[in-house]
Amino acid sequence: MKTLFIAFIVLTIALLAYSTYQGLFVAPTEQTMGEVQRIFYYHVPSAWTAGVCFFVNFLASVVYLWKRNPASDALAAASAEVGVAFCTIVLITGPIWARPVWGIWWTWDARLTTTLVLWLIYVSYLVLRRFAAGGQTQVLAAALAIFGFVDVPIVYMSIRWFRTQHPSPVMGGGENSGLDPAMLHAFFWNLLAFTCVGIVLMVLRYRLQMLEEKVEATHAAAALQGGAR
Amino acid sequence: MTRATLLKDLRMEWRSKDAINSMLFFALLVVVIFSFAFNPTAEESRRIAGGLIWVAFLFAAVVALNQTWARELRNQVLDAYRVSPAPPNALFLAKALGNFLFVVVLEALMAPLFVVFYELRSVGPLWQLIVVALLGTWALVVNGTFFAALSIRTRSREIMLPLILFPISIPALLAMVDATTSILTGEASPDFWIKMLAVYDVAFTAVCLLLFESVLNAE
Repeated sequence: MKTLFIAFIVLTIALLAYSTYQGLFVAPTEQTMGEVQRIFYYHVPSAWTAGVCFFVNFLASVVYLWKRNPASDALAAASAEVGVAFCTIVLITGPIWARPVWGIWWTWDARLTTTLVLWLIYVSYLVLRRFAAGGQTQVLAAALAIFGFVDVPIVYMSIRWFRTQHPSPVMGGGENSGLDPAMLHAFFWNLLAFTCVGIVLMVLRYRLQMLEEKVEATHAAAALQGGAR
Repeated sequence: MTRATLLKDLRMEWRSKDAINSMLFFALLVVVIFSFAFNPTAEESRRIAGGLIWVAFLFAAVVALNQTWARELRNQVLDAYRVSPAPPNALFLAKALGNFLFVVVLEALMAPLFVVFYELRSVGPLWQLIVVALLGTWALVVNGTFFAALSIRTRSREIMLPLILFPISIPALLAMVDATTSILTGEASPDFWIKMLAVYDVAFTAVCLLLFESVLNAE
C-alpha cells in the first residue's frame, strides 16, 4: 500500500512536470489575450479540484454522521483544508487574469461570487473545527459541512438571478468558444495533474490527521494511567 | 413539549426583557450610526434602506440568538433535556419559534424608527413587505438557533456564531435585501426573491430538524 502510494506521488510529479511544460511551452499563445491566457491551465483545474475536495468533504461528513467512524471525519477535515487551498488559488489566479483581460480585478458575477461564498463557508468550517472543544468537534463540523453543501446551489441560483437582472458591462468577451486542440490537450493534462495533486495532498493530510488523533489518544491514556497511580 | 418550552422562554423574556432590550438598543445604535455614515436623502434612502434594515436586524438577531442556549447551560438543564424522553426537535422548534417571535417584535418596534429617520415610504404594497419580513426572519432565526447550539460547544462561543452563521446566510440576506428594495422602490417584482426565501426556509428547516438530534447529543 505504501509503495503504491509513493509510486502515485512519483507519477503525479511526472504528470505535473509534463502538463506544466504543455501549458507553458507547447500550447499556442492566445490571439487576443496573449500570454496571460495561460493562467487558464491552472485556474480551471484548481477550481475543479476544489470542487472535488468539497464534494468529498460532504460525502465524508454524511458517512461520519451515519457511521461515526474517525476515518471519515479525518477525511472530511483533510478534504476541507485541501479544498480551501485550491479555492484560494482560484480566487487569486482569477483576478490576475481578469485585470488585463476585463480591465477589472473583480466583478460580482455568478461564478465569482459563488466561489467566494464557497470559500467563506469552508473557511468558517475550518474555524469551527479549530474552536470546537474536544470530542464534539466531529459531529458539529459534519453538521456544518452539510449546511454548507445545501447552501451552494441556492447561492448560485440567487446570484445568477441577481446578475441577469442587472447585466454587468465588463463581461464582454465570450467564453472559450472553440478551444484550439493544442490548448485542449494542455488543459486536460493539467486537469489530470491537478486532480492527482489534490488526491495526494488529501491522502497525506488524512494520514496526518489520523496520526494526530492517535497521539492525542495515547496522551489521554497516559494521563489517565498517571492519574490512577 | 414545544409549547411548554416556548411558553417558559416567553415568560422569562417577559419578566426580564433581557434579549428584547439589548436587541432594541443595539438595532437603534446601528440605525443611528448608519444614518451618520451615509447621510442619505429620501430618494437615496429608499434605495439603500433594504440593505440597512436587514443588516441592522441581522446584527441585532445575533445578540438574541447568542443567549438562546446560554441559560440552559446553568444547572445542566441541557443535559436534563438530553436524558428526557422528549423529542429533541420539539426543543429545537420551541427555541426557534421563541427567537422568531423576539425578532419579529423587534422588527415591528424598529419599523417606525426607520420611517422616521430615513423618511421611508413604500411604493409597492405593504403586505409584500410583511411577507418578506416573516420569511426572512425565519431564514435567519432557524439557522441561527441551530448554529447557536453548535457554537455553544466551542471556545469563545459568542464570536463563533456570526462566523458560521453569516456565510451560510448570504443567499437569504441577498434575497431579503433585494426583495425589500424592489418593493420599496416599486421598480421590480419581488416574486422571485420571495420564492427564493421560501425555498431557503424549507430547505434549511429540513436540514436543521434532520441534524439537531445529532448535535444535541454530540459528546
